[in-house]
Amino acid sequence: MDPILYTILLCVIVFGISLGAAAYMTWGERKLAAVLQDRVGPSRAGPFGLLQPIADGIKMIFKEEMIPTHSNRWLFVLGPCFFMLTACMTSVVIPWGSGLTINDTFYRMQVTDINIGLLYLLGVVSIGVYGIMIGGWASNNKYSLLGALRASSQMISYEVAMGLSLIALVMTTGTLQLGEIVRQQDGGFANVVYQPLGFLIFLICAFAETNRAPFDLPETESELVGGFHTEYSSMKLGFFLFAEYINMFISSAVMATLYFGGYNFPFQHELGLEGNALAIVQSLVFMLKISGFIFLFMWIRWTLPRFRYDQLMNLGWKILLPLALANIFITGLVMFFSGKLG
Amino acid sequence: MLTEYTFWFLSFLAVFSAFAVILSRNPVHSVLYLILTFFSIAGHYFLLNAQFLAAVHIIVYAGAIMVLFLYVVMMLNLNQAEPQRTSAWAKFLGAGAAGILMLVMIAVIRKAEQGTPAGLPVNAGTVENLGITLYRDFLLPFELASVLFLGAMVGAVYLSKKEIT
Repeated sequence: MDPILYTILLCVIVFGISLGAAAYMTWGERKLAAVLQDRVGPSRAGPFGLLQPIADGIKMIFKEEMIPTHSNRWLFVLGPCFFMLTACMTSVVIPWGSGLTINDTFYRMQVTDINIGLLYLLGVVSIGVYGIMIGGWASNNKYSLLGALRASSQMISYEVAMGLSLIALVMTTGTLQLGEIVRQQDGGFANVVYQPLGFLIFLICAFAETNRAPFDLPETESELVGGFHTEYSSMKLGFFLFAEYINMFISSAVMATLYFGGYNFPFQHELGLEGNALAIVQSLVFMLKISGFIFLFMWIRWTLPRFRYDQLMNLGWKILLPLALANIFITGLVMFFSGKLG
Repeated sequence: MLTEYTFWFLSFLAVFSAFAVILSRNPVHSVLYLILTFFSIAGHYFLLNAQFLAAVHIIVYAGAIMVLFLYVVMMLNLNQAEPQRTSAWAKFLGAGAAGILMLVMIAVIRKAEQGTPAGLPVNAGTVENLGITLYRDFLLPFELASVLFLGAMVGAVYLSKKEIT
């Protein structure tokens, strides 16, 4: 197949999977919340309420769309679009599997394995906040603006610790290429064994960057009505809510890739599977790992209360940042004394 | 071919958004156009195969500094651009300074060589090559720059702490 055509097709498939997964994560989240709160959860639309995401989507699209009179029309529409765009952009560097061989042609399962994959990831994460900021400001509403300001300072603060925790990982793996990082974890231990502290910092930062509870301060309904999306209605609100699930899905995939071996699983070469069968099983295992992280995201949301804003800032700057720096230092020392440094 | 079209598109975008930065009445629009300018310049870096520079440009400028800019502009709520009250002297001096800057630019562009610089490998901008160059050939300037940044950081913290305690 033509390489460009295949890349486009792969992009469509990856986006489709991300969007589909995000849709069913809304269902999963409600079911899980119901279990934790001893309720039934969505049960009317289809068996076990499985058609609920579709019903929600249809409802969102057909709701009346309102744009506030004194808002900035262009930016008001641009906000959710940009947020959705940045949420989807990260998925192209994630290796979803080792690749299939059909009729002697190799079909890779990663859209692009650029050699600055990790930097691309950080870059997209760092511009992700613009969607919220533009939307919140353009709404011309005090609560929206406060939510947008909170989102921006929160994301800036946690990006620092996130980037520093990744630097320690780059030191041990010696590459910025995500495909290479996954291949290195084949056969050996997963990176989390070498970088436990780095993983913990990255995990906490991922919660903050995706605006998930206990760090969902940009949209605290108890103080800011709806936060940055107070004025939004119809599918534009849907985009904001939906992009959060996509972000969660992608950051779960990133954590599984970087720290938990990606599509590799223990004893994968002793199973007697080869080629395509192994690749398919690997992809399924990768999805399983992602589901595990998504479950963690939801579990924490329905368990922990929200942080106060000063607590959030203190955690980011006074605990996570020094810890991340110490992690880099310790990693460097260990590498130096174990002779891994050239 | 595609590279050339991309170059023209990015150049047009960069110049257009740079003009829009100074011509916008609304400060928030100015900041957003500045972000667009940074993106188009990062695109130019990509065309020059300087991937690391492009990525860091996006992370640092578009992702961190401009977020802070936007934060400050939004927080101060500079919705309407207030009528500028500049004295005739300031205008005169400003025009003079800009004129001198333009002279320098014209001189530089006139002296600039056409075509690609010879002897520079195609992949000079990748992470590996950049790292080797920085840490082997320019180690001392690099470390000095780091110390300078550290000093700036300590100074900023000191200035912001002074009024509280």
